[in-house]
Amino acid sequence: MNVAPISWFLILGAVLFTIGTIGVLVRRNVIVIFLSIELMLNAVNLVFVSFARQLHSMDGQVVVFFVMTVAAAEAAVGLAIILSVFRNRETVNVDELNLLRW
Amino acid sequence: MNPGLFCILAVLLVASALSVILQPSPIRSALSLVVTLFLLAVTFLLLDAQLIAALQVIVYAGAIVVLFLFVIMLLNLQEEPRVMARFGTQCAAVLLGSLFLLALVRFAVAPLRPPASAATAGMAAAVPPGFGSVATLANLLFTHFLLAFEITSVLLLVAIVGAVVLAKRRLV
Repeated sequence: MNVAPISWFLILGAVLFTIGTIGVLVRRNVIVIFLSIELMLNAVNLVFVSFARQLHSMDGQVVVFFVMTVAAAEAAVGLAIILSVFRNRETVNVDELNLLRW
Repeated sequence: MNPGLFCILAVLLVASALSVILQPSPIRSALSLVVTLFLLAVTFLLLDAQLIAALQVIVYAGAIVVLFLFVIMLLNLQEEPRVMARFGTQCAAVLLGSLFLLALVRFAVAPLRPPASAATAGMAAAVPPGFGSVATLANLLFTHFLLAFEITSVLLLVAIVGAVVLAKRRLV
């Protein structure tokens, strides 16, 4: 197959992102859903780094730096929310967390 | 770039990522995610991103996943009767995921528009000196991306305060 080597990295990123998406849709434990979201963020990071390598531009790596920072902030706040939900409802199963559902 | 090394990495990455979403126990999922993140760090090294690879191990595997493990152990969850969604939902998720993957791969194999610079050879060409090093990234971070950098520091502050307020035990 006559494709640039970057395509292999992009396909790998696409596969990882899809696995993360399926994890979010299929799993019922909030924490595992969160782990799947981290997986998706990392798949996107892989694509950013691949394009940085392909285009010989450091901008992609700087964006990955920011993505990591935002992921850390998101994980801290998200886990705090999970903790306080668990204190109130004694569950982390998304089927039973329907407070915001109309 | 060594194609054999990439193939081994890709197979291991997909296997560990599948393990993240298929393990019934959240602890095992988190540990599989650590493996995935380490393998991704190696992939970043293949792509000449040394600093990002180091940050990946230190920040992701070292800090974020440890936070996850800490919360999982703090919650002390019982065995759940149902880990996955209903079978119909699973089929729909896998179907939609496959369609999504097809669409993504369609773009991944599309021919790239050549970059404006002399680096038309892309992956095959050697990177310029200093590519992926701390100095180059720091230079960009403190010049071109300075505003984003400062906003990120505010975001981190807000996240710290938010996490403490949310996780604090109510004193009522």
